[in-house]
Amino acid sequence: MSDIGERVKKIVVEHLGVEADKVTDNASFIDDLGADSLDNVELVMAFEEEFGVEIPDDAAETIQTVGDAIRFIDANSN
Amino acid sequence: MRRVVVTGLGMVSPLGCGVDTTWKRLIAGESGANTITKFDTSDLPCKIACDVPLEGEGAFNRDDWMDPKESKRVDEFIVYAVSAATQALSDAGWKPSTEDERCRTGTLIGSGIGGLQGIADTALILHEKGPRRVSPFFITGRLINLASGYVSIQHGLKGPNHSVVTACSTGAHAIGDAARLIALDDADVMVAGGTESAISRIGIAGFAACRALSTSYNDTPTKASRPYDKDRDGFVMGEGAGVVVLEEYEHAKARGAKIYGEIVGYGLSGDAYHITAPAEDGDGGFRSMQAALKRAGISPSDLDYVNAHGTSTMADTIELGAVTRLLGNAVEKVSMSSTKSSIGHLLGAAGAVEAIFCLLAMRDSKLPPTLNLDNPSVETKMDLVPNVARDKEVNYALSNSFGFGGTNASLVMRKVD
Repeated sequence: MSDIGERVKKIVVEHLGVEADKVTDNASFIDDLGADSLDNVELVMAFEEEFGVEIPDDAAETIQTVGDAIRFIDANSN
Repeated sequence: MRRVVVTGLGMVSPLGCGVDTTWKRLIAGESGANTITKFDTSDLPCKIACDVPLEGEGAFNRDDWMDPKESKRVDEFIVYAVSAATQALSDAGWKPSTEDERCRTGTLIGSGIGGLQGIADTALILHEKGPRRVSPFFITGRLINLASGYVSIQHGLKGPNHSVVTACSTGAHAIGDAARLIALDDADVMVAGGTESAISRIGIAGFAACRALSTSYNDTPTKASRPYDKDRDGFVMGEGAGVVVLEEYEHAKARGAKIYGEIVGYGLSGDAYHITAPAEDGDGGFRSMQAALKRAGISPSDLDYVNAHGTSTMADTIELGAVTRLLGNAVEKVSMSSTKSSIGHLLGAAGAVEAIFCLLAMRDSKLPPTLNLDNPSVETKMDLVPNVARDKEVNYALSNSFGFGGTNASLVMRKVD
């Protein structure tokens, strides 16, 4: 879990160009980290690539925060 | 019609990032040609290009112009355009701050090809990994009009947001069309020009396949671009962007802006002949120049300098023939040079960069040279400014651009006292 969390946060920092200390579990991609809907699509693709998981569109829509992403990946990756 | 003047210049070229750096090196007779090192050329017939320097004098640093988060999503032609536009607006001292100023300032930046590298890369991703790996920024980072789009967003320009795609005539058409938008009162200020970043494996392969590129000078890149010389064998691909700030004359005067020159003539024509070759009699180019002079209300003998399309291909003599026909008895009075001998062919950016050179020739009374012109392939009475820059007062200059598809554009610029 903590390893997944660190890797997710690293991806978020790289893709959104935000400070690492802002990328907390409760941070919302759109409200707190300045992402727009296209940024979210790119982030989901980066998570899929990094963790070898598939994140269907309906699941992607429920991933609103950094913590949501970590929990989804933790539950669905091998 | 309202008068249109140029009040700001910006450039990214193979001689460096910035107008001053490029102009100084151009006048010094330097070449921007190099051996290509950024990708494998072992199986390509052409191994040279005029690339934008990333180190040394005039080094281009993309992070100086765009947020890295944005710039990694777009092809280089967009970053070049944003850089040149930002330079030009800063040079013009024009920073629209009221809503009215923003709505009266527009963008019209074109490109010949757009995001060739990104399209090639993404095609491989699609093939190897499938559509779910295609980036949501694939389209927006490749579309030609996104050069204008990014400039508009970055500088808050809410006037006409337009673009043009006419191969190697793009830059000239962009400036000409943008000037008309101002003349017709659709805007007071336009940020206009062209941009290109086609130096890629697929770009070189494509232009080599249609036999357009120089292939005999791979060991001596700076000798390859040699317009009008009998040993020329094709163009050398360049990259970069040229952007000008065009402004309605009274608007510029009222705010005390410096004025580089006035856009007094703009002519357009079509060859209706062949997809890559100009018509043998050069009639398309002739009519384009003639239309520009008519709009300017001057006769050919009023011209002092022509910046030729002059790509270092067989078409050079066709253009020279058309210019000679246009000038008639004035042929000995007018000078013509091809700056592609120094910076290569910037394709969609060429017309804009070369219009800027015309304006600088006026400002400094200095003609940039045609490098490597050792043995002209035809007899001419015209001064082609071989190899060394020359002092000459320039009151009227004409810039030619001719593109694949038989699309021609000519701009006439006048010094403003």
